[in-house]
Amino acid sequence: MSAPDIAALQPIQAARPWQRDLIGVAVILAAAIAGYFLFPDNLALLTRIIAIMLLVLSLDLVTGYCGVATLGHAALFGAGAYAAGIAAVTFGITEPLSMVAIGAIAGAVAGLVSGVVILRGHGLAQLVLSIAVIHLFHEAANKASTYTGGSDGLSGIAPDPVFGLFEFDLWGRTAYGFGIVLLVLVFVLLRILVRSPFGMLCRGIRQDPVRISAMGASVKASLIKMYVISGAVAGIGGALNAVSTQVVGLDSLSFTNSAEALVMLVLGGAGSLYGAFVGTIVFMWFEHVVSAANPFHWLTIVGALLIAVVLFAPKGLYGTAVTLSQRLTRSGP
Amino acid sequence: MQVFFSIGVDALAYGMVLFIISIGLSVTMGLMRVVNLAHGAFAMIGGYIASYAARDLGLGYGFAIILAVIGTIIIAIPLERFLYRRIYGAPELTQVLMTIGITFCVIGLANYVFGPTLKTIPLPAGLQGPVDLGFRTIAAHKLFAIACGVVVALGLWFLIERTSFGVKLRASVDNTAMAASLGVRTRIVYAASFALAVGLAAFGGVIGAELLPVEPYYALRYMVTFLVVVSVGGAGSIPGALIACLLLGAIDTTGRYLVPEYGEFFFYLAVIAIVWVFPRGLLGRAK
Repeated sequence: MSAPDIAALQPIQAARPWQRDLIGVAVILAAAIAGYFLFPDNLALLTRIIAIMLLVLSLDLVTGYCGVATLGHAALFGAGAYAAGIAAVTFGITEPLSMVAIGAIAGAVAGLVSGVVILRGHGLAQLVLSIAVIHLFHEAANKASTYTGGSDGLSGIAPDPVFGLFEFDLWGRTAYGFGIVLLVLVFVLLRILVRSPFGMLCRGIRQDPVRISAMGASVKASLIKMYVISGAVAGIGGALNAVSTQVVGLDSLSFTNSAEALVMLVLGGAGSLYGAFVGTIVFMWFEHVVSAANPFHWLTIVGALLIAVVLFAPKGLYGTAVTLSQRLTRSGP
Repeated sequence: MQVFFSIGVDALAYGMVLFIISIGLSVTMGLMRVVNLAHGAFAMIGGYIASYAARDLGLGYGFAIILAVIGTIIIAIPLERFLYRRIYGAPELTQVLMTIGITFCVIGLANYVFGPTLKTIPLPAGLQGPVDLGFRTIAAHKLFAIACGVVVALGLWFLIERTSFGVKLRASVDNTAMAASLGVRTRIVYAASFALAVGLAAFGGVIGAELLPVEPYYALRYMVTFLVVVSVGGAGSIPGALIACLLLGAIDTTGRYLVPEYGEFFFYLAVIAIVWVFPRGLLGRAK
């Protein structure tokens, strides 16, 4: 598997990277503005897409870059959501930026815990541990109903205006803008992270952990570090979801949420931040359209989609598009 | 004492049903190294077929079981031929995605065809009502499930330890390439054990329908439990799977009886503890 990976890495290093990232940010902003004007009635959905995008980005860090297969990543997202929600409802911290910070910290702590547990096993054991972790978090949140509201969900989150200026309005305009700013910030930081020596080390671990440890780097410590960072990102996503919807439900800590995040990542293409964006948008939009018609047909379609991606586009939509465009440009001049 | 006894019987029955369904998963996982998340879907298909045969066609219970096993194997053959064969030896993530995809499809189709309601499989008169053991009475269908589990365990032990097919199977598990070069037709061994695994899953799905009710989300709801059993027992190990099923059945049933408000909290806590201590499963072999 190393040959295509190296081929994928080269253009990133060869081209002027900052220019590429600036283009990436510009594309995100352009898409955000287009979304605002094209779907003014669906801003709540768009904000939710941004929150889930953060979850998928965070999953990409551990699955796409480090090669850890997990079906329990929503634990980190839900931890952030519940922490932000509990901070607002129980402790009266309703300043949105503080809520996001609390969510990020809680996500990082949850990342540390689940990273330590999940990285204990390999292969099947790893998967089962990740599933056990998400169920444990789910049951714990259900049981601690004094703080979390149990199966009724945690409601009554009323965030203050951002910087005391922008109030969270009924149409979700502020929440949308808030989400876009967070997303761009996280994206820029993650671009720096994945290109840093540490990011390269993590890619190396995915390709050959034995060799990396022979080089003198600690595989497990690096993976746990990445898990903590990933937890912070997912926690920000969870907090954004809590701030924008003003409720936190048990479904944010569900196995389904974890599995769907994995599906989105693979649909878009694991191992690339852009892939995470593409996968989330395509999946969520598709879900919005189809599940309105019939939720069970939706499940059949997701299943068929997954099988098709595995068989025909194992690199995901973004990865396949990149390969195609490379082939075109190479054969052209 | 009464509570202790009923917990014991329920745990044993539950554990045996788990064993019948997940032993096939354990064998295929040990043999083909495929993380098959769709295994529960086969058990569910078996349950649906049996329910249709017994309730809507009015056939006998035994006939319904046979029909369910054969029908599920027939459904599974094209899946193995066209989908599973492409992911043998693929990375785990690929296998997980493909088999989750299959599971989702089966759930969607089952719901479309049979509707979202619970399906019952009417028991024959002999299995209804309690059986008097002299000092206690227990439900007959639980006794039947326990007996089936024992028969399956003994039958598999005989098949794998005492027959020539078992020798070939063990050889293929240990080293596929070597077995093939010694003249074992591994492709046929693969196909036969896959069919056996699916058939056992369907059988367990029918036998266990009283404990694990048949409905469209069956495949997703219990998939995790089956995977946990294999992981705790160690892939490819029959005694390991048996111990894991009895242990997890006991933990789960005790938890439900004594602290129902905690749901499956203790079950998953125990899973994490066991896998933490034995990352390769209780009786799993080192790579």
